[in-house]
Amino acid sequence: MKKLRKILERVIEAMLTVSGAVTSIAILLIVAFLFREGLGLFKSPTVERGYAVYVNSANPVQSLLPWQLKEIFDFQIENWNELGGPDEEIRVFRFNEIFSLYTDEQLDADNDYALLPERLAEVIAANPAIIAYLPQRYAPVEDESVKTVQTGTITMAQFFLGRKWMPTAKPAAQFGVLPLVLGTLMVSFMAILIALPLGLGVAIYMSELASERVRRLLKPAIELLAGIPSVVYGFFGLVVLVPLVQRTFNLDVGETAFTGSLILAIMALPTIITVAEDAMRNTPRAMREASLAMGATDWQTIYRVVIPYSLSGISAAVVLGIGRAIGETMAVLMVTGNAAVMPHTLFEPVRTIPATIAAELGEAASGSSHYQALFMLGCILFVITLIVSITAEAISKRKHEVGV
Amino acid sequence: MKNMKRVLLISAIVLGTAFGAQAQRIKGSDTCLPMSQKLAEEYMKANRGASVTVTGGGSGVGITSLLEGTTDIAQLSRKIKFEEREKIQEQGKRVTEVTVAYDALAVIVNPANGVSQLTREQLESIFTGEITNWQQVGGADMRIIPYSRETSSGTYEFFKESVMRNRNYVNGIMSMPATGAIIQSVGQTRGAIAYVGLGYLNNNVKALRVSYDQGKTFVAPSVENAKNETYPIVRPLYYYYDSGTAQRARPFIDYALSPAGQRIVADIGFIPVN
Repeated sequence: MKKLRKILERVIEAMLTVSGAVTSIAILLIVAFLFREGLGLFKSPTVERGYAVYVNSANPVQSLLPWQLKEIFDFQIENWNELGGPDEEIRVFRFNEIFSLYTDEQLDADNDYALLPERLAEVIAANPAIIAYLPQRYAPVEDESVKTVQTGTITMAQFFLGRKWMPTAKPAAQFGVLPLVLGTLMVSFMAILIALPLGLGVAIYMSELASERVRRLLKPAIELLAGIPSVVYGFFGLVVLVPLVQRTFNLDVGETAFTGSLILAIMALPTIITVAEDAMRNTPRAMREASLAMGATDWQTIYRVVIPYSLSGISAAVVLGIGRAIGETMAVLMVTGNAAVMPHTLFEPVRTIPATIAAELGEAASGSSHYQALFMLGCILFVITLIVSITAEAISKRKHEVGV
Repeated sequence: MKNMKRVLLISAIVLGTAFGAQAQRIKGSDTCLPMSQKLAEEYMKANRGASVTVTGGGSGVGITSLLEGTTDIAQLSRKIKFEEREKIQEQGKRVTEVTVAYDALAVIVNPANGVSQLTREQLESIFTGEITNWQQVGGADMRIIPYSRETSSGTYEFFKESVMRNRNYVNGIMSMPATGAIIQSVGQTRGAIAYVGLGYLNNNVKALRVSYDQGKTFVAPSVENAKNETYPIVRPLYYYYDSGTAQRARPFIDYALSPAGQRIVADIGFIPVN
């Protein structure tokens, strides 16, 4: 009997070890997967895979940057002399145009478009100022009149310092994450600025001032706030807060960073209140009573004894609140307007990282540069939250060094 | 005992083939979702034992699933892309395209906006960011705030193709996750302009009359105008299926094209094909 129990204990121990190991390995693998998918971006060509950009070989332009390509195809750059070429108006040519220039017979459509490369080469040879964006599968025959333009791969500088996020722009998508990162940080930071005073106020009230009855009513009510699905918050924000912000500040648009911050503040409140209140209630009774016995008033006790003692807990509450705010997706997606512009003030629309991932991953073809860019965004988010959690850890370790 | 086993085995096979032949999966565009859902419901009522599951996710998701064989029919709110067709051909498959309905896109503004008609060229300039004030198109002195759908939407692609002639949207356009959110935002933002499916129009927004002939004739979006082909921003909604396994997809598609199916299409707010 004793032996059996011992074996059973061993088995349970082994199972616990295995489950711990499996979980840790799974988490590590997920992180590794995230970075592997994301880092592939810097090997991706700037134009869509399987496509290339061609010009007439009389054209001296050798290579083009992604933003130049985009502006050419949007007719914002209209002359080759802006790119160091001759003074000639750029003729933009998209693949589909070939089908209106030639009939199916001329392209030999029945035979898998066998004549398409030749026809494309003819078009390029006939127009010295042409720029053509074509699939490589039907690449024009490379003779003396056709030249491939070097477009290079996406670089780290383009990604991290780029100011334009236009992932579906053709022919060269623009992956500049700066507006997204700044948008995320701005919305989260402002949310904490709003939530912190409110949250601390409620926490102090609940732990120090409220009667037991009020506390017992208030606590579950606040925890209920944490249980509301975020899409409900988002809808509430869109229908109630957006018009409210628009009218109060007399703005053109109500979907702003500030609206997002308001919603996030409401969503971060339960976390901040619960954690901070727990920290405050953990102040030893002896310390509190000592302070009161010395003749200190309630308020003096709160801000001279209770708050310093629970400072690390309060900091942890703040950090957890930030973590909640940074990762929040659905509510922000609905109220911030999702415009990927560099944010200048709080009263402009912004696009956050989680909202971008949620909105765009559905359509990004797996393995495409858009898909990899979204994974890279995930990596950035991961690094930010990692920093936040390490800070939280460091603060709670200092627990007994401060305050007392 | 042996007999019993045989009976069980046979009935399992019979049941399996019956369900296997009848179970159909439809995946893709969210625009087509309400239509396919309703069609599936009625189809299952009409054919006992048939089972059809409909899921959304976006037009791109639908085609990818068809390629991977995780759906029988892909519903798309845009034509299959050249690259997608390439990928399918690489696998040695062929897809068949069926138009099941037409959807008209309405351009909407806030009801308080004085502007009630725009040309295609004006719309193009607005959504590419060249026109930024309503004054420039005959309205009040007010900033134009264009709203768009997210990039995963087929509507986003179609609008870009048809109205903007493939030029890119202005950097930093307001993008909303759903049509409902667009209606809500346009209803409460004075300078807003956006595009939605005809079926979504309501009193909170005003639909503009649109001209595709440099302002000679302006046509209001309505089912009649879409049917008689005077309203220009109309797109077909497609079902795609693998030609190799046509017998799996065909019964449902035939139902969708039947008079009963087309009546459902019209009820949802789309335009029937015939």
